[in-house]
Amino acid sequence: MNAPILSAEARELALAGMGASRLRKEDARFIQGKGNYVDDIKMAGMLHMDIVRAPVAHARIKRINKEAALAMPGVHAVLTAEDLKPLKLHWMPTLAGDVQAVLADGKVHFQMQEVAIVIADDRYIAADAAAAVEVEYEELEAVIDPYAALQPGAPVIREDLAGKTEGAHGKRDHHNHIFTWDAGDKAAADAAFANAPVTVSQHMYYPRVHPCPLETCGCVASFDPIRGELTTYITSQAPHVVRTVVSMLSGIPESKVRIVSPDIGGGFGNKVGIYPGYVCAIVASIVLGRPVKWVEDRMENISSTAFARDYHMDGELAATPDGKILGLRVNVIADHGAFDACADPTKFPAGMFHICSGSYDIPAAHCSVKGVYTNKTPGGVAYRCSFRVTEAVYLIERMVDVLAQKLNMDKAEIRAKNFIQKEQFPYTSAFGFEYDSGDYQTALTKVLDAVDYPALRAEQAAKRADPDSPTLMGIGLVTFTEVVGAGPSKICDILGVGMFDSCEIRIHPTGSAIARMGTITQGQGHQTTYAQIIATELGIPSEVIQVEEGDTSTAPYGLGTYGSRSTPVAGAAIAMAARKIHAKARKIAAHMLEVNEADLDWEVDRFKVKGDDAKFKTMAEVAWQAYHQPPAGLEPGLEAVHYYDPPNFTFPFGIYLCVLDIDRATGETKIRRFYALDDCGTRINPMIIEGQIHGGLTEGFAVAMGQQMPYDAQGNLLGNTLMDYFLPTAVETPHWETDHTVTPSPHHPIGAKGVAESPHVGSIPTFTAAIVDAFAHKGVTHLDMPHSAFRVWKSLKQHGLNL
Amino acid sequence: MIPPRFEYHAPRSVGEAIALLGQLGSEAKLLAGGHSLLPMMKLRFAEPAHLIDINRIPELRGIRLEGQTLVIGAMTTENELINSALLQAHVPLLPEAAQMIADPQVRNRGTIGGDIAHGDPGNDHPALSIALNASFVLEGPKGRRTVAADDFFLGTYMTLLEENEVLCEIHVPAFAAGTGSAYEKLKRKTGDWATAGCAVVMRRQGGVVSEVRIALTNVAPTALRAEAAEQAILGKELSVANLQAAADAATAICDPAEDLRGDIEYKTAMAGQMVKRALVKAFGRCA
Amino acid sequence: MAKKLISVTVNGRVHEKAVEPRTLLIHFLREELNLTGAHIGCETSHCGVCTVDVDGQSVKSCTLLAVQCDGGQVDTVEGLAQGGVLHAVQEGFYKEHGLQCGFCTPGMLMRAARFLQENPNPSEDEIRMGMSGNLCRCTGYQNIIKSIQYAAKKLQESATAAA
Repeated sequence: MNAPILSAEARELALAGMGASRLRKEDARFIQGKGNYVDDIKMAGMLHMDIVRAPVAHARIKRINKEAALAMPGVHAVLTAEDLKPLKLHWMPTLAGDVQAVLADGKVHFQMQEVAIVIADDRYIAADAAAAVEVEYEELEAVIDPYAALQPGAPVIREDLAGKTEGAHGKRDHHNHIFTWDAGDKAAADAAFANAPVTVSQHMYYPRVHPCPLETCGCVASFDPIRGELTTYITSQAPHVVRTVVSMLSGIPESKVRIVSPDIGGGFGNKVGIYPGYVCAIVASIVLGRPVKWVEDRMENISSTAFARDYHMDGELAATPDGKILGLRVNVIADHGAFDACADPTKFPAGMFHICSGSYDIPAAHCSVKGVYTNKTPGGVAYRCSFRVTEAVYLIERMVDVLAQKLNMDKAEIRAKNFIQKEQFPYTSAFGFEYDSGDYQTALTKVLDAVDYPALRAEQAAKRADPDSPTLMGIGLVTFTEVVGAGPSKICDILGVGMFDSCEIRIHPTGSAIARMGTITQGQGHQTTYAQIIATELGIPSEVIQVEEGDTSTAPYGLGTYGSRSTPVAGAAIAMAARKIHAKARKIAAHMLEVNEADLDWEVDRFKVKGDDAKFKTMAEVAWQAYHQPPAGLEPGLEAVHYYDPPNFTFPFGIYLCVLDIDRATGETKIRRFYALDDCGTRINPMIIEGQIHGGLTEGFAVAMGQQMPYDAQGNLLGNTLMDYFLPTAVETPHWETDHTVTPSPHHPIGAKGVAESPHVGSIPTFTAAIVDAFAHKGVTHLDMPHSAFRVWKSLKQHGLNL
Repeated sequence: MIPPRFEYHAPRSVGEAIALLGQLGSEAKLLAGGHSLLPMMKLRFAEPAHLIDINRIPELRGIRLEGQTLVIGAMTTENELINSALLQAHVPLLPEAAQMIADPQVRNRGTIGGDIAHGDPGNDHPALSIALNASFVLEGPKGRRTVAADDFFLGTYMTLLEENEVLCEIHVPAFAAGTGSAYEKLKRKTGDWATAGCAVVMRRQGGVVSEVRIALTNVAPTALRAEAAEQAILGKELSVANLQAAADAATAICDPAEDLRGDIEYKTAMAGQMVKRALVKAFGRCA
Repeated sequence: MAKKLISVTVNGRVHEKAVEPRTLLIHFLREELNLTGAHIGCETSHCGVCTVDVDGQSVKSCTLLAVQCDGGQVDTVEGLAQGGVLHAVQEGFYKEHGLQCGFCTPGMLMRAARFLQENPNPSEDEIRMGMSGNLCRCTGYQNIIKSIQYAAKKLQESATAAA
């Protein structure tokens, strides 16, 4: 080897590993129109499925007439619940311990519910056939308001649960009651409140919204009757879970079921659940022996797939007169729609809502969440929420502001006063979470300095003093901690499968590598970031590390990507698998260099003999040796697999500050400035992190400022197209300023916490905080979202502030 | 997502189009920009058995100046309005307002004629046409007739255009020197219809308004000419009180539909705000 | 229902196909011609992921009938790179991280390429306006703006070099 030896720094740069803002490996296909999304997939003999949906929210089905549809040329089948009954597939289990109708079984429970499917030669004929299916409905009174749903005489939504006083999560005390779930210590919390000098309470509604990824849901199901094998390409954020469930439902052994999540055009939690459309396409394929494609359109997506939020929350804080919080109490009515199809870990029907003590050292706390059925789309957990952390963070951040306003305290000061201090980590909250690490004060100071907070407050005071000011200025500050990385298998499972994750890595003889994980990217850049982790661990350039996910026939079992779990769980599995390889490589290198393992140092990409720089073996050289002549006692090859069961969740945090100006004449809001500081621990690719932050903040902006899913009294979902559902364009979207601190997770192999949901979780209460802050001088303590111009104007008018 | 079946016709002249309309009657719809009609057909809210595509009729395109009148072909797209040097020079209100309609791609197909003929109260060109004192040339089997914009709009999806007629040209008086104009459109986001919109064309003499036309978008079943508002500001200066009087006169005739953009109170109030803003802006542009 | 025979030049190649009048251009491209770069994201002409170039203009191909393109010219993302060389907008999106899930990207690229022809030296506000017919859920647009600014600069430099 006579080639000049590059410096360690140069070699590290060449790896483009951890910490590098390296460009993405997956971009090439996307920028040339060669992505492979579900609707791009064509198979020989493929048929198309369309779904007949109920136009009403609550009704009995009197009659379904398939004749006209079946008579159309090119139509192969029209199936209803009756046809699925013999297969026992007309109902299916949900991820939340409930059951859901696959096709409406004599009764419609929500508008746009699936009633029948048609299979035809192409999607045009399928659409015609779907329009030709005649269904006769007898409308029933719909229940839309969850409080009304719990009244004694409320209409019965779930006749299939008649007489069942126990649900998957305990007692049901009303026919529309799903569960009541508690966390914390009620007695301690009540005692804190009983003795508190100051208490505040606030009711707030976190409206129902929808993740609305640009690619809708769909699949291509292909049952091969000769091999008895089922292959399904599907928009799924959790392909292995789908495989296990499909196997259970169909009776086909998992070994003969292959689920493939190809390229996915955005997930955001919309693509976690198993939808009736998928089950129907699979059944149709099995029955017809041909591939069947189903891709929903946008209205179907918004109207029938996993929505998010719909939490009616009552929060209370007990405090000292100088703002030290003594206790927290929260009661929630959770509107789950007609079926509890929430994608939560089994033991947590309200997800991680009990992170609602936030970044604060609150000694006594209790929360109770009551799930309720209504005649609306099923779901509840979705949209970058980290399993209800959106709701929890919203609750506590709003309550802290309410308390600040009551005590006439500055909203930054009250937060700093109540922060869990750096020295207190690892910190066990009143709800039992063990927060891994955090340094909130440093981050807060950084943000307040960056925006010149005192100057902003001074400006606001001056504007408030001017009755003719054309705008109201609001400053919103949120200091959030989230909990992600589900999770330790002893508490986190999906349908019984522990929420570990996995990685297998194989290094090839000539030094490049392939790695597969149990997660699945939907834009998060795993093909790049995962390669970067391996590059740093193993000294192989990320450029030659091929990352694959999503094919259950090749990828090790994993629970998928949602809840920001990829980096905390799969990222850890990657590091651990890499370290197994590293350990074997060290043995091989020692053998090659004829020294003891203890005499070797690892430097960037090579094992060096201590004290002799000229004697080294690179990982590439070791790889060749592993296939050429491994040392005695070692198997040939250089690979490892690791299944990582995390010991704990991770707790990324952030400090967000928003300055906005409300036009008093129209109610329109201009976001003047949004400063987002995130701490996700170790940062794998700053460029990718920043992109995720921009995206999450933009989603948060949309949620806070305009998204809603309004239902009328009959259960009709109004505004279920992109005309009304607010997806901001580049014109509406503010400019984002990002910043960071780094507080690694002590229990994570690379100290990384996950980040992609933080901007969504944290920004939404920030916008609300700013809007309310604009009105605070009039004693307004809370305004519900969305803060559309119309709704804000009504508040302006109500408080005599409109021009 | 999938439109129902239809027969497709692509006439090459207005005469051919009219003949087809005569033949096919109410079973046929004209396809202009298609960005109102095709989405409705994809959702199966409209199921015409025949589409008559008028995109290949050269006579319906082009913008020219005839004396003091801008003659705009009905199939002129929004982007053509924006880029027209003639309009920028003689009727700047149109290029400016067209930028507030839809988005860049839609503006490459959406036409001024389609926007007018559809009779949708949410469309912008009706109020703009009224403010501009425009007139429309309609052609049918009996020949051509000209109708003032003031008289054309009858109700939601109802205009003076007969089923067997084609809107061919929009005639707009070129602005006299010193004319100021503005279109204030409040909307929830880019591409949305107006929550409330107001078009103003005016002239001033010294410090007072000497001529004015005010028209409102999407606050009634059709675009409205706010004549009482015009009277309230005519001959007056733009004081706070006078502006308010004009706004009040305008809001008095509003009859908006409640929807997700706002309730009646909000939309009406916003109509008033847009009137004030448009008056101020137009006045500021008067010479 | 009789199909109509149409002749459409797509990315420089002439295709003659028989189509139903109701066949949308997006389906013609994706299903007939297997050009699956342009995508479908909505049915109300809002999202823009179907954007292609028709006769030199950015158009939402979900709101155009294939028969309307008879005799016309359609350019899609598959035709952007020439002779294996990426177009400046493709390079810009790669260099400035202007994509994440990639679903809106073909529409963004086709619109950006045409936009820079219309306005070679745009301000940030003009870029936002010019791209307002294309939605993205992943990026928050900020890096898309930077990608287009990169491309504008590169195209200007090539134009200067060529001059």
